Amino acid sequence: MTLAEIDRAPNEVSSERARGRGGGGPAPKRIVVAYGFWIFILSDMVMFSALFAAYAVMLGNTAGGPTGAELFNIRSAFIETMCLLLSSYTCGLGALSAERRDPARFLIFAACTFALGAAFLFIEVTEFAGMVEKGAGPSRSGYLSAFFTLVGTHGIHVASGLIALVYLVAQVIAKGLQAAVLRRLLCWSLFWHALDIVWIGVFTLVYLWAT
Amino acid sequence: MDGPEHVFDDRTPGVGEHEPTATYLSYTVGLGLAILATIASFVVSQTDWLWSPGIPVGLIVLAFAQIGVHLVFFLHLGSGPDSTNNVLALAFGVLIVFLVITGSVWIIANLNSNMMPMSP
Amino acid sequence: MLGRLTWAAIPINEPLPIISGAAVGLFVLAVLITITVKGWWPYLWREWLTSVDHKRIGIMYIVLGLVMLLRGFSDAIMMRTQQAIAVGTAQGYLPPEHYDQVFSAHGTIMIFFVAMPLVIGLMNFAVPLQLGVRDVAFPVLNSISLWLTATGALLINASLVIGNFARTGWMAYPPLSELAFSPDVGVDYYLWSLQISGVGSLLTGINFVTTILKLRAPGMTYFRMPVFCWTALASSLLIVAAFPILTATFIMLLLDRHLGMHFFTNDAGGNQMMYVNLFWAWGHPEVYILILPAFGIYSEVVATFSGKALFSYRSMVWATLGICILSFMVWLHHFFTMGAGADVNAFFGIMSSVIAVPTGVKVFNWLFTMFRGRIVFKTPMLFAVGFIVTFAIGGLTGVLLAVPPVDFVLHNSTFLVAHFHNVIIGGVLFGVLAGINYWFPKAFGFTLDERLGRASFWCWLIGFYLAFMPLYALGLMGMTRRLEHIPDPSWQPLLLVAEAGAIVILCAILCQIAQLYVSIRTREQRRDLTGDPWNGRTLEWSTSSPPPDYNFAVLPRVDSIDAFWHLKLAGRPPAAPAYEAIEMPRNSPAGFVTAFFAVVMGFSLIWQIWWLAILGFAAAATVVLIAGWSIEREHEISAAELARMERVR
Repeated sequence: MTLAEIDRAPNEVSSERARGRGGGGPAPKRIVVAYGFWIFILSDMVMFSALFAAYAVMLGNTAGGPTGAELFNIRSAFIETMCLLLSSYTCGLGALSAERRDPARFLIFAACTFALGAAFLFIEVTEFAGMVEKGAGPSRSGYLSAFFTLVGTHGIHVASGLIALVYLVAQVIAKGLQAAVLRRLLCWSLFWHALDIVWIGVFTLVYLWAT
Repeated sequence: MDGPEHVFDDRTPGVGEHEPTATYLSYTVGLGLAILATIASFVVSQTDWLWSPGIPVGLIVLAFAQIGVHLVFFLHLGSGPDSTNNVLALAFGVLIVFLVITGSVWIIANLNSNMMPMSP
Repeated sequence: MLGRLTWAAIPINEPLPIISGAAVGLFVLAVLITITVKGWWPYLWREWLTSVDHKRIGIMYIVLGLVMLLRGFSDAIMMRTQQAIAVGTAQGYLPPEHYDQVFSAHGTIMIFFVAMPLVIGLMNFAVPLQLGVRDVAFPVLNSISLWLTATGALLINASLVIGNFARTGWMAYPPLSELAFSPDVGVDYYLWSLQISGVGSLLTGINFVTTILKLRAPGMTYFRMPVFCWTALASSLLIVAAFPILTATFIMLLLDRHLGMHFFTNDAGGNQMMYVNLFWAWGHPEVYILILPAFGIYSEVVATFSGKALFSYRSMVWATLGICILSFMVWLHHFFTMGAGADVNAFFGIMSSVIAVPTGVKVFNWLFTMFRGRIVFKTPMLFAVGFIVTFAIGGLTGVLLAVPPVDFVLHNSTFLVAHFHNVIIGGVLFGVLAGINYWFPKAFGFTLDERLGRASFWCWLIGFYLAFMPLYALGLMGMTRRLEHIPDPSWQPLLLVAEAGAIVILCAILCQIAQLYVSIRTREQRRDLTGDPWNGRTLEWSTSSPPPDYNFAVLPRVDSIDAFWHLKLAGRPPAAPAYEAIEMPRNSPAGFVTAFFAVVMGFSLIWQIWWLAILGFAAAATVVLIAGWSIEREHEISAAELARMERVR
């Protein structure tokens, strides 16, 4: 809704318009949906906080196995970070193009986002496979259990985000950029930005902390 | 939802201000700042430019700075009254995340330090 | 092919579970046959199973909670009987292996499948009506939540006849709950049924935070919301913030059990204390998830039946929000004795005592609301008064337990058992029963029988005191919880009193069943034609009983707290309202079908039938994706149609 539309909206409850007190009656669907999704994201953050807490507590519990410093490759962590950051950027631009009803540009940005997300996942899976090959799998020590679970949960989020992106692109192609599809795209972009924020925590507390 | 679309006085996270032309720029500015923060934290951790006991503090400060950049430039959380609800929810979430992480670390560290030393 | 599932999983040689399982199975079969013979399936499917109406969903939650209450209570009376007779040389009738499952199932069921569905059911029923809107923010999601909760309940009951349940207590502490010490399916039943129902609870929390913050009648600012809506908001916020912790904790335990990880194992750097820590980081807020809505119900009931506005509405709201935040800062008091230092124990001890302050504010508010009120002692009010007295005792023993040195003496004793039953029965359950008696006429259009309601209240109250006051004394005498055999014969007299209390509670439950039966039989005489049987104060009483699907033909306009009361004082607004077209959500089978596949998935995960688990998950995900594809989820009711429907009512 633009400012002009707000001005045109019925003004019967003007005494209740005191902002933030929410006396204006039920909010429009777009606000409701996005707010609900925002709450979902916060709950997801809390779930990650438990995994971060477990990781922090388990830092020393290597049970004679390898430590993070011996296992992590900072270069690939940096590339992963950049992939995810850029995908967050293209995701934002894609959401913007969708808002402006520009499907062609949206599809290009969505493809970029998908490619960057997939690249991130590919690097992560390669890294995991290498660690398992070295005998540093998740069942080696409490520390590695916490590492694989924290980073792996983030990876699973990214993977399901990619699946959801494909699903939403299919909706855009099938139905066009109508209001309901735009709401879903908005939620998806919130999700994707939030994953990037979790990743800031991961690369700081997991990769950089260890080295 | 159903019901007439009344005056609405709040805003969703992730949606730019009412003038969308500003947002391409805002995403790009956000990207630039985020890249700077990322590179800074990698540099801080890999070199000894920062006084070494200060490195963890530096990393945490940079991480929070970057999270702030993401919230403002990518998720468009503002300080205006129209995003009060979004920010309040976020504040609640941040409080819980803080309590869970620091509480757990504090409690378990305390338990560990009170543990009988492992033999031998 | 079938993983761990073999014919040996059915405990044919244990008569008790088989007989009770067979009885329940026959009963369910009889119900299903009746429905089929009478041809009720289309009606059930159309009006209930696929309904996304918050009122219907609320009622189904409450039915689920009450049925599971019977299951949980039968566990309770089995335990009381065992403890009353297995003294000295007598061994009682339950072998330890079975007794351990009984107390684990009792706790798990009572918290997750009785208290949660009852509280969430009342929130579902009342909150949108009180807010003056037509449904929750996400009606289909609401239906998914309900059916996922039912999935968990179904799985946990399946453990009665297929395999066994956990023998770990309802907290399932490792290392006992690790694969090394609990290799069979018991703990897996516990974990998967709670994971699946936990997703349902989380979605409910999200739904209600959004509903309360974003969907309210025009003019209803935050400080004009009924107190029950405030407490539902606080409770939903706690669900959103606490349940993910439980999910993460159970994921870790599941990874330990299934993939050989070492979060909580004895070897390879596991740390059991982390499980206890995370479990209670969820567990303490969970207590307030349950009690806060009950506080809200008491606030509504006390104000209504005293004929007065609630005393100090604002302090009630701030106390609710204060409890909401404080409840996240006290969780260590569940494990003072685990070995933290004096500084940590002191901090959490002080925080635990501090939380009694906002609770005390609430108690005084209720008392001052009643002070000089014109009190009508209907059944809901009786439960509210019984609550204030009982909860004060439970709260005080809680403050006692919050003092670390005292806790070192009383930890794990029946004193603790008495304390939390005191607050859960005297607080949550009384609140829920008050709420059911209070809102029943709104839901069904006729009032519940008052005489049997009173009888059930007195049986609950007396039964509670008889059953649990002896446990306080026994705890001080040194009796620990979960004893399957009583070594000290001097404890037997008090245990017999407790057994008598359990029997009185049984009478209370029988009274309630009779109350329902009698009320339904005589419903024509007890019709509520006004829509306002109690002279209520909030918006749910302004619509008819039962309300139409759309609750309000025209959304009410709110100018004050207790909006309906002020409307009544001012005299009814003139008739001939201006109808406008409205949109109502369409029914959706998504919830029921998703839950069906979730049952398949959960059951196969428990029995490690991996191919079927993958299939079940894929099917459930497909259902969600199909449901997410549709654009038109609402149907419009035109103004003319609405006017016609309103005339008919």
